[in-house]
Amino acid sequence: MLPALTYLLLLVPIAAAAAVSLAPSRTAKWIATFGSLAAFVVSLAFAWSFPGWSDGSMHPAEAGISIMPSLGISLTMGTDSVGLMLILLTTFLMPLAMIGSFTAVTEREKEYYGWFMLLEAAMVGVFLAKDAIMFYTAYEFTLVPMFFLISIFGGKDRRPASIKFFLYTFLGSVLTLSGIIYIAANYANAHGGQWTFDLAALANHCSTAMDRTTQYWVFILLMAGFAVKVPLFPVHTWLPLAHDQAPTAGSVILAGTLLKLGTYGVYRIALPTAPVGGVELDQFFAILCVIAIVNTALICWVQKDAKKLIAYSSVSHLGFCMLGLFALNPLGATGSVMYMTNHGLSTGELFLCIGMIYERYNTKNMDELGGLFKKMPVWSFFMVLFTFASLGLPGLNGFVGEFLCLMGCFIAEPGASNYPGLLGPWWALIAGSGLILAAMYLLIMLGKLVWGPLREPHGDGHGDAHGHGGAQDHGGSHATHGSTLPRDLSAREIGILVPLAIVCLAIGFYPKPMLEAITPSAEKVLAGYPALVTEYAANGSLLPATAAGSPEVAIADVVTATEPTSRTNEVNQTR
Amino acid sequence: MISSLLAASNMSSKLTLIAPEILLFVGSVVVAVLGLARSTAIRRAVPTVTALFLLGSIGVTAYVYRTDAVETSNLLLPQLGGFVKALIAVIGILLVMIAGPAIDRRLEEAFDSGGAAFDPIRVMRGEYFAFFLLSLAGTMLIANANDLIWLFLAIELSSLPTYVMVAVSRGSRRAQEAAVKYFYLGALSAATFLYGFALLYGASGTLDLAEMRMVFANMPELPTLAILGGVMAILGIAFKLAAVPMHFYAPDVYEGAGSQTTAFLGFMPKIAGAVALMVLLGVFWTPATDASGAATAVLPNAILATLWMIAVLTMVLGNIGALLQRNVKRMLAYSSIAQSGYLLIGIVTGPGAGYNSILFYLIGYGVMNTAVFAVLGSLERQGEEVETLDDLSGLRQRQPALAWMLALSAIGLIGIPPLIGFFGKLALFAAAIDHGQTALVIIAAVTTAVSAFYYLQLVAVPMLGSPTARTDAVHAVPSSWPRVAAVVCGVGVLVMPLAIERLVTASAATEVPTTQSIEAAAGAVETDAVDAAVLDPAAGSTGAKIAAR
Repeated sequence: MLPALTYLLLLVPIAAAAAVSLAPSRTAKWIATFGSLAAFVVSLAFAWSFPGWSDGSMHPAEAGISIMPSLGISLTMGTDSVGLMLILLTTFLMPLAMIGSFTAVTEREKEYYGWFMLLEAAMVGVFLAKDAIMFYTAYEFTLVPMFFLISIFGGKDRRPASIKFFLYTFLGSVLTLSGIIYIAANYANAHGGQWTFDLAALANHCSTAMDRTTQYWVFILLMAGFAVKVPLFPVHTWLPLAHDQAPTAGSVILAGTLLKLGTYGVYRIALPTAPVGGVELDQFFAILCVIAIVNTALICWVQKDAKKLIAYSSVSHLGFCMLGLFALNPLGATGSVMYMTNHGLSTGELFLCIGMIYERYNTKNMDELGGLFKKMPVWSFFMVLFTFASLGLPGLNGFVGEFLCLMGCFIAEPGASNYPGLLGPWWALIAGSGLILAAMYLLIMLGKLVWGPLREPHGDGHGDAHGHGGAQDHGGSHATHGSTLPRDLSAREIGILVPLAIVCLAIGFYPKPMLEAITPSAEKVLAGYPALVTEYAANGSLLPATAAGSPEVAIADVVTATEPTSRTNEVNQTR
Repeated sequence: MISSLLAASNMSSKLTLIAPEILLFVGSVVVAVLGLARSTAIRRAVPTVTALFLLGSIGVTAYVYRTDAVETSNLLLPQLGGFVKALIAVIGILLVMIAGPAIDRRLEEAFDSGGAAFDPIRVMRGEYFAFFLLSLAGTMLIANANDLIWLFLAIELSSLPTYVMVAVSRGSRRAQEAAVKYFYLGALSAATFLYGFALLYGASGTLDLAEMRMVFANMPELPTLAILGGVMAILGIAFKLAAVPMHFYAPDVYEGAGSQTTAFLGFMPKIAGAVALMVLLGVFWTPATDASGAATAVLPNAILATLWMIAVLTMVLGNIGALLQRNVKRMLAYSSIAQSGYLLIGIVTGPGAGYNSILFYLIGYGVMNTAVFAVLGSLERQGEEVETLDDLSGLRQRQPALAWMLALSAIGLIGIPPLIGFFGKLALFAAAIDHGQTALVIIAAVTTAVSAFYYLQLVAVPMLGSPTARTDAVHAVPSSWPRVAAVVCGVGVLVMPLAIERLVTASAATEVPTTQSIEAAAGAVETDAVDAAVLDPAAGSTGAKIAAR
């Protein structure tokens, strides 16, 4: 039953994509909607019959279809509670994003809905992968649909935005691929030439049998791709542009699920595979997280464009998420996974709300819009609710993850009894300032958009009787659809937002089942860490003396290791 | 049939293995004659006949490489030929589909409309395809080279016809300029590797590769003469690959030649150069054991360093050069330079996994490269070739199938999974990292990311651009064969990953040399003394000396 469901999870969106490409254009949106709903139902059935909720184990355990036996590559699928939660997030968001696009996209619909369905298959594939190459294939393939979605349906700078998005992410992930192949080659050498790309086997091999300097470098290679995807501080610059230019549903999926591929990669691959690197670079990455939190929060403060503001806030929020992971204790990691799901929900919601405004007014500029409560009370209600969820108001979903991430960071001291860490109260304090900043910029946004005197774009007569909205086309690729939309939200739009609101409230009030499901998985991922952290805290480094803390020496080591040894020596050995 | 005829001869194994080439030689004569026929129908049939001969050579290859002739041959890499010949013939058929209707098209139209009287001096189709087959036969022969003279002649046989093909590929001065440039630089490179071969002969005292390998393996240290000879030979062959520093001709020649011929240049010289390097470097790889005790092979440091630097420079300069181009053919020229860099990673990695990964890589590369040029060859603008990105803008709206095929193969060339290009890179990188070339792989990974930028142009411009006044004049060529080739290749890019393990098994045609295999190959030279004495009177005695040592 369970293996069949995993295949269905992949096949349903692919079949929907094929159907979209073959069927007439006007049916595309319905096929995509029902396809994504079907995928959601399948994922619910999968979750219902999933036996590993309480112990963090991977299911189904069966080996998959062998694709390339010579390199040990197979299509092996299975996941644990954390991956399953993210699958549910993906399949839950996708139909909403599809329904949300009905009026926004009226041209080239086949391509639009077809690419979204393929994107869904790829994202689900990432969370289902138990084989590193399958993981990488799905991870990398997400670039193609996203590239087309941004570059065909985006704003006026869509071409550069899509190319920047593609190149940044691609550069990172080819380095990750090199890291994965390196571990696999090392495994093959140690196992008499028997290759495998099984994630669990590779993680086990790398964390136990590989020397520490190598693990350190492998960790850097692995993180190169994931850090770009998350995105971490210095490599985040593709994100605001991509979000700004992407169509609404693209932003929803980009923020909701695609960014989580990065954090999930760190959680599932980087941390358990190369713990030495994880400990050694823990503080380095934590600093990047803190910079991301504070720096981008300040950037958000000065944004005039509401969509860009939310895009930057994603960078800041994912800083919390990563900080929780780098606390290296189950509390922080649990918080981080909570944050992954909740950020997906709340940011997705905000993008949907902003998209609804954009469809009506063709602008996202907060200087041109204001006091919309007077015209759109229903929209304002949801906007306020989701903003509060996003800034972590207790009782809503955002709070739980944020609190646990900071808590995990707070207790992550070297002296902690159970799970020692390398951060501590000071780190939590500085990162916590990001919370205050988040409250400030999000409330400022609310203040401008929802309250205050009514401001609408110049010459806009929208909403007056049946008047043809005179909204100017600010160069976006779509025509104005204002005339077909009611002043406040339509039933379709409310229908999208209500399920999201319910889930937000439910998780906010009763997060316990989720927490209980995540914690065992987090404990497994971090099993190797306490011993290493203690050692690091005692010695100041985990690496052998020659390479300790000195990348130059380590580089020299790697270079000599890769240089061929003298020909004559080798020959004499064999003769 | 051919093999049974030859079985009685004492040169059987050598001649049996080159049966596919012999068939192509016959084909080239037939095609050259048919091309001069007065009847239009016969002239039209020339590409078909060419393709049939290629098809026949696939069959002969499959038959011949199952016989025990392979086992008794004294080749350094006995199985190599089977795969290489089949791949060359398959890609050759696709190339014929692109080139068939294009060569002499204007002239034939003029004959048809009565605008010109038939003139055997002016028709080129027969010559083009005769030279085409000769070049393919030369490329195939490289895989069978067992001594330096053979290797030299095979490389030249694969090169010389291409100069003519470039010259007649389109009725433009630029084609002739490109051909002259290609010819002179080609002659220079031939001189370079011939000089290298001479030095290798001087260092070893034999022309036979198996014996030379034995001689070198028995030397405690390689003489400088041998190293120098090896380096010069590598540089000369680098010209075929269009690898730095012998790459300067590529952009001009690619741009000057017609698209059908550029498609040829994008693949055939690459496989020729790669196979020539595999065969030649066979004399330098020495068996060894790696840290974990597994059998592997090592190169002399100087040769390895040369290859390493060529590989890095080729990847970096090729990809950066391609970034700057607006002309699609120049861009693809630089990209093919970069692709040679990736091939060199496999060369550095060595026989066995490294060479096999090159062969596997070449399957995907050949199909994707052909697909891109097939799309270019399917289009024309006011009777001229489509060359710049501007000509392709908004192609999706006029020729959706072609635009999709172009996008698909460009995405494949970037190496995005699950297309075939990704698996090629994966196998290559895996083999290289397994043999300690991690640094090379990381450089390759970063340059691959650079390559994504210009390959994306091939996706973005046709798929996302909008038609302009300039592109209004772009039309499909009358013949549908290039489009068929584009679709076949595009579908291949998508579908081949389903048969990935079969392709991997088929391309596993080389093995790590062992002390036993070296002695066995050199021993086979002894037993094959009759033809050895015919070709090189000194060989027998050198072999005896080695055996006595």
